[in-house]
Amino acid sequence: MIELENLSYTYGGGELLSDVSLRLQPGSFHFLTGPSGAGKTTILKLCYGALLPTTGRLSVFKQDIARLDRDQLALMRRRIGVVHQDCQFLDHMTLAENVALPLTVSGQIDTAQREDLSELLSWVGLGTRLDSHPPELSGGERQRAALARAVILSPDVVLADEPTGNVDWEMSQRLLRLLVELNKMGKTVLIATHDMSLIRAAKSQVQARVLRISQRQVQLAGADL
Amino acid sequence: MSKGMIRSLLKRDTRADRVVPPTGYTAHLTLFVSGAMAFLAVFALALSLASGRLADRWGTELAGAVTLRISAPADQMDAQTEAALTVLSQTPGIASARALTTEEQAALLSPWFGPDLPLDTLPVPQLIEIIEGEPGLDAAGLRLRLGAEVPGAVLDDHTRWREPLVEAARSLRRLGWVSILLIGGATAAMITLAANASLAANAQIIEVLRLVGARDSFIARAFVRRFTYRAFFGAVVGVLLGMTGVLLLPEASDAGGFLTGLGFQGYGWLLPALIPVLGAAVAFLATWSAASRKLKELS
Repeated sequence: MIELENLSYTYGGGELLSDVSLRLQPGSFHFLTGPSGAGKTTILKLCYGALLPTTGRLSVFKQDIARLDRDQLALMRRRIGVVHQDCQFLDHMTLAENVALPLTVSGQIDTAQREDLSELLSWVGLGTRLDSHPPELSGGERQRAALARAVILSPDVVLADEPTGNVDWEMSQRLLRLLVELNKMGKTVLIATHDMSLIRAAKSQVQARVLRISQRQVQLAGADL
Repeated sequence: MSKGMIRSLLKRDTRADRVVPPTGYTAHLTLFVSGAMAFLAVFALALSLASGRLADRWGTELAGAVTLRISAPADQMDAQTEAALTVLSQTPGIASARALTTEEQAALLSPWFGPDLPLDTLPVPQLIEIIEGEPGLDAAGLRLRLGAEVPGAVLDDHTRWREPLVEAARSLRRLGWVSILLIGGATAAMITLAANASLAANAQIIEVLRLVGARDSFIARAFVRRFTYRAFFGAVVGVLLGMTGVLLLPEASDAGGFLTGLGFQGYGWLLPALIPVLGAAVAFLATWSAASRKLKELS
């Protein structure tokens, strides 16, 4: 589904990633861990085409990402749901409009979908906040809303960058449960986190692999959980 | 750019348009610039059309008219006038020729000397109005013949002073059109700057839209529509104010000359309606070009 082959990435003259090889199989659940600045976010950005590798090959849905034009890249991103640590909402739009943004940009929105939106937001516990604006939401609510937006197009892959970075333990468990639920629906999930307690908590819920970035390379961190 | 793309660019899509924040100084800037430019364009258009009318009028009114002036002692004036009329009646290319009456000559001089001019006490030359006919007048031949038969006659075909006037009016008309082009160019430049500023200010929104799978054409359309409609409405207001200004100008009259005729006539009143459409078209192209460039930079 997503395959990095001998990939390296250089930024500002320094090599952030070196000779990275990684394969995410359909329906798999991966944690990507490592210290801050190790390159977790960079790998996620490479996976959805926000960055291009300096050398090596990156294939997403069997397409070489370096060969995609901007339109093809946009179509590819519709198959990948991304949850950012800072969520990135459009503050002038309501929560419902923000969550429906992937539908809007892909021309799939219609008037009958407010009920579907309500159902989706109820799934992440925000069923009553449809008309709220992002600045009115707490950190945890924003993370859950970002997750709802990430899955609204029913993507094949969900990438989450420190999804529990700004929330308390209870909320992080709630988010983890939602991500596990998505994985059980057949979605490939990759979570970048430095929160080891989150990884330990996932042990009882899902068959996950833990990848660790160390010295600019990605390694399997011990046995599978 | 295909017709389908242009149609989709102009078609209102409320949800898609919402992705660009509705306010910001670029919104006011675009409205103001397009309004001000449309206001100026109305006056430039009025100037151009009025100059064109003037050039045409001077060109046509004077082109077929020639004046014969007879300066002779009072006791020979009637004889020379009679002789001149005889020569003119025998000259091919003259449709009609008639001596101006004393009242008509007094009327011509009254702007300079007042209405109570005692013409009979002044050595005023006799004027003969000649209207050209087919196949046209041989002015040089006529001058030679008049020189021989009517020694006090001077033929004036108006060329000497008519051509510079007509050329001046044509130059004014060209100046008007050049002004309109410059106004269009300045509008395009200002809207390009405003669109660039708006795109730069909304870089984070563009990033979010790309994150959720928006194509560049979708993002560009949202900005292009916003600027096109703003430019259109700004121009509508500018045109309405400009037209009001033109309406308040004094009406054309013979006494007032060129300046009082500076307005629209007949179908000319419809032409300013094209200004908002052209303004919107300029904004459309300027924003589309700016957005395409900026989105490429931001990728």
